Amino acid sequence: MSEPTSGGAGDPEAAGRPAPVVVLIEDETPIRRFLRVTIASEGYRLHEAGSGADGLLEVAMRQPDLVILDLGLPDMDGLEVIRRLREWTAVPILVLSARGQERDKIAALDAGADDYVSKPFGAGELLARMRVALRHLAHLGRDGGDSVFAVGDLRVDLRLRQVQVAGVEVHLTPIEYKLLTALVRHAGRVLTHRQLLKEVWGPSHVEQAHYVRVYMAQLRRKIEAEPARPRYLLSEPGVGYRLRAE
Amino acid sequence: MAEGRPDPDALLARVKAVEARQKRGKLKVFFGAAAGVGKTYAMLEAAREQQADGVDVVVGWVDTHGRAETEALLAGLPIVPPRLVEHRGALLREFDLDAALARRPALIVVDELAHTNAPGSRHAKRWQAVVELLDAGIHVYTTVNVQHLESLNDVVARVTGVVVRETVPDSVIDQADEMELVDLPPDDLLERLREGKVYVPPLAEAAAGGFFRKGNLIALRELALRRTADRVDAEMRDYMRDHAIRQTWPVAERLLVCVGPSPFSARLVRAAKRMAERLGAPWIVAHVETPAHLRLPVEMRDRIVQTLRLAEQLGAETVTLSGARMSDEILAFARARNVSKIVVGKPGRSLWRRIVLGSIVDTLVEGSGEIDVYVISGDREGAAPAAAPARPRVTDGRMYARAAAVVAGVSAVAWGLFPYLDPLNLIMVYLLGVVAVAMWAGRGPSALAAILSVAAFDFLFVPPHLTFAVSDTQHLVTFAVMLVVGLVISGLTVRMRAAAERAREREQRTAALYAMSRELANTRGLRELLLIASRHLAEVFHTRVAVLRPGPGGQLEPVPGLAAALDVESADLGVAQWVYEHRQAAGLGTATLPGASALYVPLVASHRTLGVLGVRPGDPRAFEPPEQIHQLEAFASQTALALERALLAEEAEQAKVGAETERLRNSLLSSVSHDLRTPLAAITGAATTLLATESRLDAPTRRELLETVREEADRLNRLVQNLLEMTRLESGALRLRTGWHSLEEVVGAALGRFAHTLKDRSVVLRLPPDLPLVAIDDVLAEQVLINLIDNAIKHTPPASAIEIAAWAGDGAITVEVADRGPGIAPGEERRIFDKFYRGSTGDRHGVGLGLAISEGIVRAHGGRMWAESRPQGGAAFRFTLPTAETPPSIAAADHE
Repeated sequence: MSEPTSGGAGDPEAAGRPAPVVVLIEDETPIRRFLRVTIASEGYRLHEAGSGADGLLEVAMRQPDLVILDLGLPDMDGLEVIRRLREWTAVPILVLSARGQERDKIAALDAGADDYVSKPFGAGELLARMRVALRHLAHLGRDGGDSVFAVGDLRVDLRLRQVQVAGVEVHLTPIEYKLLTALVRHAGRVLTHRQLLKEVWGPSHVEQAHYVRVYMAQLRRKIEAEPARPRYLLSEPGVGYRLRAE
Repeated sequence: MAEGRPDPDALLARVKAVEARQKRGKLKVFFGAAAGVGKTYAMLEAAREQQADGVDVVVGWVDTHGRAETEALLAGLPIVPPRLVEHRGALLREFDLDAALARRPALIVVDELAHTNAPGSRHAKRWQAVVELLDAGIHVYTTVNVQHLESLNDVVARVTGVVVRETVPDSVIDQADEMELVDLPPDDLLERLREGKVYVPPLAEAAAGGFFRKGNLIALRELALRRTADRVDAEMRDYMRDHAIRQTWPVAERLLVCVGPSPFSARLVRAAKRMAERLGAPWIVAHVETPAHLRLPVEMRDRIVQTLRLAEQLGAETVTLSGARMSDEILAFARARNVSKIVVGKPGRSLWRRIVLGSIVDTLVEGSGEIDVYVISGDREGAAPAAAPARPRVTDGRMYARAAAVVAGVSAVAWGLFPYLDPLNLIMVYLLGVVAVAMWAGRGPSALAAILSVAAFDFLFVPPHLTFAVSDTQHLVTFAVMLVVGLVISGLTVRMRAAAERAREREQRTAALYAMSRELANTRGLRELLLIASRHLAEVFHTRVAVLRPGPGGQLEPVPGLAAALDVESADLGVAQWVYEHRQAAGLGTATLPGASALYVPLVASHRTLGVLGVRPGDPRAFEPPEQIHQLEAFASQTALALERALLAEEAEQAKVGAETERLRNSLLSSVSHDLRTPLAAITGAATTLLATESRLDAPTRRELLETVREEADRLNRLVQNLLEMTRLESGALRLRTGWHSLEEVVGAALGRFAHTLKDRSVVLRLPPDLPLVAIDDVLAEQVLINLIDNAIKHTPPASAIEIAAWAGDGAITVEVADRGPGIAPGEERRIFDKFYRGSTGDRHGVGLGLAISEGIVRAHGGRMWAESRPQGGAAFRFTLPTAETPPSIAAADHE
């Protein structure tokens, strides 16, 4: 529970908007020190907690716009923190977890976390995830959100049901289109295989993971220039898929 | 010893005995001359005193025979409920050994040590149960009557005329820590008997009438008192030995008793036992197997076995020697074992045979030198039948008839030759007949043939013809010589034949043993060895076989899966354990624990006992001839030696593996410390430079330093990841989470991790679009590709291309990561997959774990991985992922 750090050139407060409040729940001091500098430099107001219990208290007190949570806490399981938070708040939760712990990541996502970053991570990667999470929060405020999603050469018009790559229209099957729009709705965020199956094929298909693989391959072949080195439809082995958002 | 100091070996043996005794329970025997002297009463009184002193006393078995004063003593003592055994419809009550063992009292009272248990009990005799209690560390009070003592058994039988069948080995009584004589003068005992205070079993009443005569009771009392006195003497000697009191320090005496098939041998053994006891000397009972022994009828060979068994029960060591001359063997053995006194029975050979053939005693005395020879008369104590047994008739009457027929035939031939040959030459023809008879009919018939030949020759060919009269006296000499020559030839021929037979028999045994050892020598591995040994044993001895080996807790466990496997009954496990601990054969057909269902022989190798061999022959008497047991022991020792060899090889292998592990560990420590420190040094260096110089550096330099920090951190991360995976692989914690994955996607994810490093490289991908889904763990498969790509980057010039290809076929998808670097040095194609192996070509960093881990992961998937140099230069790493199953189908139709 420290005083909020704020300021910096890119301070959104200076532009008349309130700076987003971020609560960081992390017990490792070196990581906290590095995140403090990184996050504050982007103009967010950061509150820190060194344990799960402190973290829950801090979130209740600060009503933050984003929670960054380390899964390995000394006093309680990170999953437990997510469950307790989800009992009363929909605040985006970004999980920090080590590589090789894909099951923990999936469990965290299933428990209600919004996204994750694998340790070790670069500042750029973390900030990008934070932006995606905050943008998603902003979308919740409005109705419908943007009807056009664009990244790189890819352009998806949800209203016209039109997909273009480098200005050329791409024809998709209904399932391919459904799959793409599910990713677009959560652009920049990871979607687990189960989440995708549920959204595209319905709750009875959540165990048919190979459906996603087959259609994702087809989709890549239509959208990506080099399907084995995708630019947009990224795979996160062991967890799920992510549509590049920026 | 001259200084009166105890012999260190003897003292050590005593210390060991004392130590063993301290762990064991203590045995106190209440000893009496006859039933009714009040042993049970005295025992219960003593038990109550112990209880009053706070000792945990339990009554295991007491028969009060309804006597009120004895029953009164039982009140207040906890009793182990008896076990009910059904035998032929009757319900018998027996002492419950297992309940007693489970109860584990400090002291248990078990009446009637000599009792024979109901069939189906673990032990045949109650004393065996008591021994087990003692072994379990429980003190035991028990009672014994003098007539039940094995060594006094014959004396009691002779004194009282009643043969007692329930006997207790003397060794059990000798091991008692205390012996209390419960004495009652015969008149008082008879008085009690009249008052009905003495329990007499209903069936034995008739015999009891004869038994409880005053004369008998006096004799029995004397025996009991003497036995107790002997014991007190022995205790005294022990005490003196412990305290090295010089005067009575005995020279090391050792008795050797020679026994044969004579029925007196048993008496000889008992007499020798008493003698050995008085001398306080160890004693050995030996039997010499001569060629003649093989001709003995089965009953006599049986008797030898019985005698040896009796000797064992009385505490003797028994040996069977074999050789041509009994006296030579005995003397050689006696010298080898430092025997001071040889005890033999009075010779059974008649006077004239002794004069002609010599007596064993004479030769023994002649050659004995410093060894005393004691000759004990077989019937010294009278009462026994005097007649020596007739010499065994190996051949029946038919053989003699045939011998006569042969002589008749020879005579006919000689008659035909008579006109052409000098009569003296016809003697040769007769001798030929004698040899023929000796060859196939043995000694008696051939002797008959020799005599008949002389008679026939005289009758037919010596003038006057066709009478036995002899005209010329010189022919008498001819007859005498002919008879002697005939007899000698027959004797020699018979002996030769016996020797040949013995040799053949030995040859057979040796051949069987050799066959097994040869096969064992060509076998590796414990299980195979045991399998072969059990097969040979089953074939040679017609028996079922079990091998028991000590398990982790030291308890013997049967080795499963042998040929002709014998199911070891749980009761037998105790017997086997005993055999294992005492390194002595026991069980069926032996004197020790004969109640067992099989014979157990220890597998003794040169350094240790490796286990126990159990055999149950189809014929329960198969192992009664001592040579069979010897043969079995020879097989057991061959097996044990082979086992030991296998175990030593295994241990050596383990030691080698241990050394290899040690080498790997050292290698790991040095490479890990090097590989961890290098990036750390780079990061520390770059960071400290930035801190120290800060703004003095220009922007590109600062950036370069920062790039270094980032790249080295990445490298560190990959190294840690590999170390973690290796740990998981090695500990067996690596579990595949397979799912149906597209290889293209996995390749894409792996390439994504190198986006930064691969910016300036061309990556050529050849992945056919129709590649089927494959069942893999995507995270681990990605790790394989990451390692291979990382490897390619590390070993090739910065701008050279990396090629990744995959193709399906032959039930697998083959994936290839190829580069255009220096390739793999010839001969290193396999070694590069070894842990911590660094290729000799241009390796800059890495612990050499990456390829080993990748191969481990591929193998876990059921595939294989290999490397080769490409013809156009560079290295190609390939691995296969089996596609045994067809991927699941997609149900729904889906059109644009």
